[in-house]
Order: sequence, then C-alpha cells, then structure tokens
Amino acid sequence: MESAGDRVNDFALKIATVNGTGSASANGLLMQAIFRMGIPVSGKNLFPSNIQGLPTWYEIRVNGSGWTARAERPDLMVALNPATQVRDVAEVAPGGWVLPDSSWPLQREARREDVTVLGIPFARLCNERFEGARARTLLRNIAYLGALSVLLDVEPDVIEGLIAETYGRKKQLLDANFEAFQLGRDEARDRFDCPLPIRLRQQASNDDAVLIDGNTAAALGCIYAGATVVGWYPITPSTSLVDAFRAFVERYRKDPETGRMRAAVVQAEDELAAAGMVIGAGWMGARAFTATSGPGISLMGELIGLAYYAEIPAVFFDIQRTGPSTGMPTRTQQGDLLAVVYASHGDTKHIALFPADPAECFDFAVAAFDLAERYQTPVFVVSDLDIGMNDWVVPRLRWDDGYRPDRGKVLSGEDLEAGAKVARYLDVDGDHVPYRTLPGVHPRGAYFTRGSGHDSHARYTEDADAYLEVVDRIADKVMSSTASSPAPEVVRSPGATVGLVTIGGCRSAVLEARERLAAAGVATDVLRVRAFPFHNAVREFVEAHERVFVVEQNRDAQLRYLLAGETGVPLERMESLRFYGGQPLSPGPVVSAVLDALGRAAAPAPPPLQAAGE
Amino acid sequence: MTYIPKPRIRFPKLETNALGLTRQDYEGSMSTLCAGCGHDSVTAAIVDTFFQLEIPPHRVAKLSGIGCSAKTPTYFLGTAHGFNGVHGRMPALATGAQAANAGLTYIGVSGDGDSLSIGLGHLCHAIRRNVDMLYVLENNGVYGLTKGQFSASADVGSKSKRGEANRQTPIDPVFLALTLGATFVARSFSGDKAQLVPILKAAIRHRGFALVDIISPCVTFNDHEASTKSYRYTRQQNRPVVEADFVPLRAAISADYAEGQVREVAMHDGSRVRFRKVPDAFDPTRRDVVYRYLRERQDAGEVPTGLLFIEPGAGDMHDVLGTVEEPLADLPFDTLCPGEAELDRLMEEFR
Repeated sequence: MESAGDRVNDFALKIATVNGTGSASANGLLMQAIFRMGIPVSGKNLFPSNIQGLPTWYEIRVNGSGWTARAERPDLMVALNPATQVRDVAEVAPGGWVLPDSSWPLQREARREDVTVLGIPFARLCNERFEGARARTLLRNIAYLGALSVLLDVEPDVIEGLIAETYGRKKQLLDANFEAFQLGRDEARDRFDCPLPIRLRQQASNDDAVLIDGNTAAALGCIYAGATVVGWYPITPSTSLVDAFRAFVERYRKDPETGRMRAAVVQAEDELAAAGMVIGAGWMGARAFTATSGPGISLMGELIGLAYYAEIPAVFFDIQRTGPSTGMPTRTQQGDLLAVVYASHGDTKHIALFPADPAECFDFAVAAFDLAERYQTPVFVVSDLDIGMNDWVVPRLRWDDGYRPDRGKVLSGEDLEAGAKVARYLDVDGDHVPYRTLPGVHPRGAYFTRGSGHDSHARYTEDADAYLEVVDRIADKVMSSTASSPAPEVVRSPGATVGLVTIGGCRSAVLEARERLAAAGVATDVLRVRAFPFHNAVREFVEAHERVFVVEQNRDAQLRYLLAGETGVPLERMESLRFYGGQPLSPGPVVSAVLDALGRAAAPAPPPLQAAGE
Repeated sequence: MTYIPKPRIRFPKLETNALGLTRQDYEGSMSTLCAGCGHDSVTAAIVDTFFQLEIPPHRVAKLSGIGCSAKTPTYFLGTAHGFNGVHGRMPALATGAQAANAGLTYIGVSGDGDSLSIGLGHLCHAIRRNVDMLYVLENNGVYGLTKGQFSASADVGSKSKRGEANRQTPIDPVFLALTLGATFVARSFSGDKAQLVPILKAAIRHRGFALVDIISPCVTFNDHEASTKSYRYTRQQNRPVVEADFVPLRAAISADYAEGQVREVAMHDGSRVRFRKVPDAFDPTRRDVVYRYLRERQDAGEVPTGLLFIEPGAGDMHDVLGTVEEPLADLPFDTLCPGEAELDRLMEEFR
C-alpha cells in the first residue's frame, strides 16, 4: 500500500562494498531491473584504481520525471564495507535508511539519530547456507539484492527474469543464486515493514530506451561508420571502448568464408605509436581511430600536430579522467578541453565534438569520421569517464541505411587518368579544402607529405610566403567546419536574462538545475556546446544574456577561457561555476551557486532528491 | 630555394625494365646531403633495387622519420607516395599504413638517432609485429643535422670530431633485431653496392619485417681518424661473411656454383635467396648460430656484413591479426556497416 509520505520513483540509494567481491554484477542487475520496470534511472559506479580490496560504491538514482544526474545524497545506504561505514552512514539524507551487514554491530561513530538502521546479517546467513569462501562472498551480493528487491518493491518477475538470464547457463549456479536471492528477500520481509516509503512503481518511460555506456556506443558508432584500423594503448577509462570495438569486430566484421576480420586492431607500444598508426592508416585512406585519456593525449601531441599539418584524417576519442598527471584514473573530469583543441606545438586548432551521453557518443563517432575526412584533419570526440563507463538510459540508437560515408575530396584513379592535377595542399575550389589522393591508386597521384614546412604542392619549403599560404588555409579550413559540426543545444525559458553555458556530461545536471531555478523564481536559458570551433550561436547566446554562468568540470575554467578566446566575448562577461572533485555533476551545487551569485536566498531547502518540475 | 628538382634529360637508349620504365623513373629529386654522404650511395642502391625488381613506383609507400636519413626518400621513387613523419615514429606510421593497405610495398628509411634512441621502442615493436616492410637503417654513429653528437650506435672509444671519446655502450641493431625475433636481418656498407642491392631485393620480397643495417659514413661529422663508422675503418674491418644472391621468381636455375657451396632458401612468393661462400660455422637460418658467430667476430673487431639471418615462413602482422586478404582501406562500405535492421535487433540486447 502506498501512503502519503511515500516517495515513489524518486529517490537515490548507494551501495558501499569492497572491489573485487563481485558486487558490481548485483548492482548492475538492480539498475537493469529498475530500467525494465520502465522507470528512468541512472547508475554511477565509483570505483578505485585497483583490482581487489579497496572501497567501491555504486549509486542508483531513480526519478520518474527523468532527472537522472547524480543525486546529492542517498536516501538509502547499503553499508557493507566496514572500512567506510562511518562516512557512508554520515552521507545519508536525514530521514533516510541504512542497511548494514548486521553480522557485526554498527560502528559507534556511525550511529545517527535521524536515520533508520535496517540490519541483516548477510555474511552470517550466507556462511551458514553456502560452502566455499568465494561462493559465500558472491552470493552475499545476491542476498542483498534480494533484500533490496522487497524493500524497494522491485517487480518480482523482472528481477527473477534477470537472474535467470544472467546465471541460467549452469543449473547449479542458477539454483544457488536463486536461493541467496530468496534468502535476502525472506529476511527483509521477516524483519522490516516492506516496502520502504522510497519505492518503485512500474511506469512506461523506457519503451524506446536502451541502457548503454558511452564507450560501447562509441565503439558501435565506429563500426557503423566503417572504421577498419585501430591503433591503441590501454588506459582507463578508454579501454572498454576498444574492447567493445573488438567484440563488435568479431560479430560484424568476420568474413563468413575465411573467418578473417575486416578490421585491424593493433595494440601499440605506447600512445605515440597508437596515434602514428592511426595517421598512417588515414594516409592510406582507411577510417582509423584511437581511444585514450588525458595522459595519452599529452603523449600523442607531436603526432596530432603532424596529422593537422599533413592534413590526414584521424579520429581520437578522449575519455577524460581526473588530471593533472596520472591524477585519479577512475574519477571523471572535463580537464582536457584546452589540451585537446590546441593539442601539439606551434599553431594548431582541432575540431572537437562533446557528447553529453552515450547516444551522442554513437552519433558523434560517426560524425567524427565524416568531419575528419571532409576537412582532412584530426577530429576529437571528447567524452569522459562518467559517460564512457557508466550505463545511461538513452533513446535507442538509430541508423539510416541511406547513410554514405563522407570521404571528402579524394581524386579517384579515374579522375587522375582523366588528367586531374594533383596539388595536394592547394586551395583549388576556394573552400580551403584541397584534393587528396590515396597511395597506390594511380602513378599521377603521388605526392610527398610531411610534417616539415611545405608549399601548396607538398614540396619542402622554408619560404615564408609558401609556408603562409598553407598554414593560413588550414586555419580557415578548420574554422569552416562549423558548417558541418553539431550545433549547440539550446533550451530557452520565456523572459530569461540568465544564461547557463555548459558542455558534455554536465547536461543532465544543468537542465535539472534550470528546472529548480525556475521553481526558485529564476528563469534561465541553457546552451550546451557540442562542437569546437564554436558556432556563431554560442557567441550570440552569451552576448544576449545579462548574466552568463559557464558550468564545467575542471579547476581552471577551461571552457570559459575557450569561449573568451575564440568568440571575443570578454572574460568578465562570463561567471564561472566549476566542479572538479572527480564525481559526476549534481544539480544542487549548480543551483546554489547561481542563486548565491544572483544574491537570492537559496530556495527553501530544495529537497535535493525531489524531481524538479513535479 | 629549398627544393631542387632534378633535371630530366631523356636519353633514347636508356635501359628499360619489364614495365618499360628506366632507372630514371625510379629516381627522385636532387639530394641536398653533403657531397660524399653514404646515404646517397644507399639511395642509388634503392633506385637500382626497385628498377630491377620491376615494381611500379606508385605501388610503393616510402616513409621516414627525422634526420639526414629521413631526407633520402625524396631522392628516390619520385612517383611513389612518401611520408616524412616525425622523429622516431616512422615505424608506427608504417604499421598503420601497412595495416590499412597491405597491397603496397613499404620501405622505411631511418637513421641511428631515429631508430636507436628516440624511436627505439617503435623499432622493437615493429620487429615484434613482423610488419611487412623493408626497414633501412642508415647507420653513421652520429647526429648529423644537429652537428656531431654521438648517437646510440657509436662504439665505446670511438671519438667525435672534437676528440671526445664515447664511453657508453652501443646499441647494435643487428643483435637487437636477432634478439627480438626479427625474421630478416642484414648488415651492409653504403660503399658496397654489389652486396647491398641483392640484400635489398631479398628484403623487399621477404614477407615480414626486414631490417637492413647499413654502415653509411657521415663525411662531415664522423669520417675522421678515431671514428669506427668512417669509410676507412669500415672498409678495413668489413667482412662480407655471407654472400647472397636474390633469385627472382622467373629466373632459371643457374649452375654457376659447385654443389655443396650453394644453399637456397625459398621466399614467401617463390623467389629464392641463394647463399654462397657461407663460413663453415655459419647458418643463416639459425638464429642462435648467427648470434654466436657475430658476437665472436665483432668482439674481434670485425664488422661482419651480408644477409645474416632469414626466417621466411613466419607469419606477418596481418597473419597474427587475422585480417582479410583485401586491403582494409579498399573494403566496400556495405561490407563494413551492419545496417539499420541489425542495429534495431542489437538494441534489444541493451534492454
């Protein structure tokens, strides 16, 4: 029975465990079950850069209205890691619940008056019921899943179906998992009044949605775009992009007769080599890409400049993590914006696309290859750990069979046979984009490309005018890419004089902040940058608003500097809101910061987990 | 003027190969290296090699890094596509290019600075992957373009032009390659075209990574008395231990040599390498024997040269990757994109 105080489909929970214990599978099952109940949901895996034994958390936010940015505070903490119990319990929102493993008493420092403690001795029960240390550890996860399923009122058919899909390959495994699941379910039912006021109810929001992470979606985009060569070096959090690509190659690129692959995935000795391989393959006319993170971008710098100056198409995925240096490899950030768009020494400027979620990772992966070939230059898809490695609920990925790759201006063997002239770096059409030829196609197609000074015919030069002709044309060429790159996303409110400018994965938190600000009487427009170089609409948006806040996830206000430097809008016109501790952005801090800056009292304690707009 | 085209003078009676091309058609622009540079002799040997192998120049991809050696690809095969990349990274560019289009013939020209210092890692891994290419290492023990610093191949005790002795142990590309499992290892001397051309031919026909280390003296910075990479020193110490001929596919078997003296090794494409005058203690198909022999001879101060090691049967990068025969860059889009219906189906797995 639901009662007045119930928060149906509007709460957050957090599961604190130890990494390497197999809890990720159980957490994923819960998230997927909520998704299958048709409820908008997000899952954020906060994991250590470690294989076994360190604290790890999984946050699930459920929101029937579709606000699934990271929640500020959990309403329920499944506190299974004694090492972090005190801080975990402290995090719970007042009035919330804690579910510890009561095989051991709750630590004295963890006790709070304003939360309800629901203990179940998961470890003791599993030790009594199951044999073997590893099995007991794994099944404890399924036991807490069982308990959560009744506490939150997960549809039994849905969760049981998922368990059967996941463990159904071996009967013994399936039986043990069902037993553990039932154990948790029975214990929770016996001990507590189920369900809790924070609870789930089936709705129908996900019929046209999928649950996918950005790296998988990007890899799929690369498959669909026709990429055939990958040079890569493993680095968190980009590795799963190439892993996914390899899996898709096995599935979609295997020649049915020979069993051989229509793609080459070369694991490089380092990121320099990875970039070099992509450039070599691009020179040959293959669609080639690499995936890396900030440290890799630093290492690739010299080669990125080579591709830029030699005008070779290449696609780079930068799945950003927290910098500088090695930083926090398993935490998210938007700290590579400047490093990417100006990557390499000398005057360089690169096309970059900034997806907000996995659906855009798919679309922008395809767009990146088209832009790279059309403009004959490196293109970056700048994602981050939160987008890349967490599962997001997004609209189904779609494909149009009418799509044809944009290979740009390439002279064919027939063109050359018919007498087309090759002047590799000459602006023949006045559109800043020269014609290229591919090696091996025709004797008249040959040219000698290089990263050293060259003239419009690709000949070595140290002549000022010949040098300027090429570099000035390249600058114009890259700037002209706004004709084909994704336009910014703009969400307007009637009469708004305050503008929020943001980028990438900040999208969901900023749009939710917009709703909450509206509720507090502040109308805002939001612009999300989706491509660099910036479209004119970006400058116009900034100029059209009395107050502009730039919301981003790095310390040094990189987006704000880029906006000032590239649009000519004075830096002082834009106020900076930065959140860069390594966690996905929540709306609350954005709301408070804007209200503070506007001199408004904070809205009467916005219940942080309540959906705005309701 | 920073680019010097070579004047094209047509002689009516120039020799042509089976493609109807002359040796001139395999040349490039004018060399801007110092007069007497060993690299120019290597260039001449490369021109002869491609001319004699009758390879269409536009079906060749030539790559280099940075340094004096890196300039040389402009001096041969003017109608081949060329890529002068960045310092030390040529093997990576070549690997990617080769991955994308295995249908071309690849030649990379590098130097000892490019290959043995800044790009050492890339060289090692290109060897490990057995990327199908000819890798020419023009080895002079010195950084020429930056005016005379020791390179990593400088021998202990070898002196710079200013009289300073090198005290760091050298990296020997031949030993390096043998240790890493290279499938074709040769050393030659820029001053010995007769030895070099057959080696280059076999290296091009070898399916896999072919390292040809060529002592190529720097006349400006490392050709003095106390240098161990000078013309004089190399001529004195050069010991062509292995004499090898390259026998193309169509050539008839000749009987110039008495039985027992000649040993033939079949290449991937059916051509052969014919070894003659191989020392008793030597076997160019046995890595351990080659390594031991060279170690002994080099410790005795000799510079053994020739086609030193060959393993023709090893799989190349594409065999290891399991890629299709057709160049990946040429695959039609509809064989690469799974299409709309499949995506709709796949999306069900993400629910």
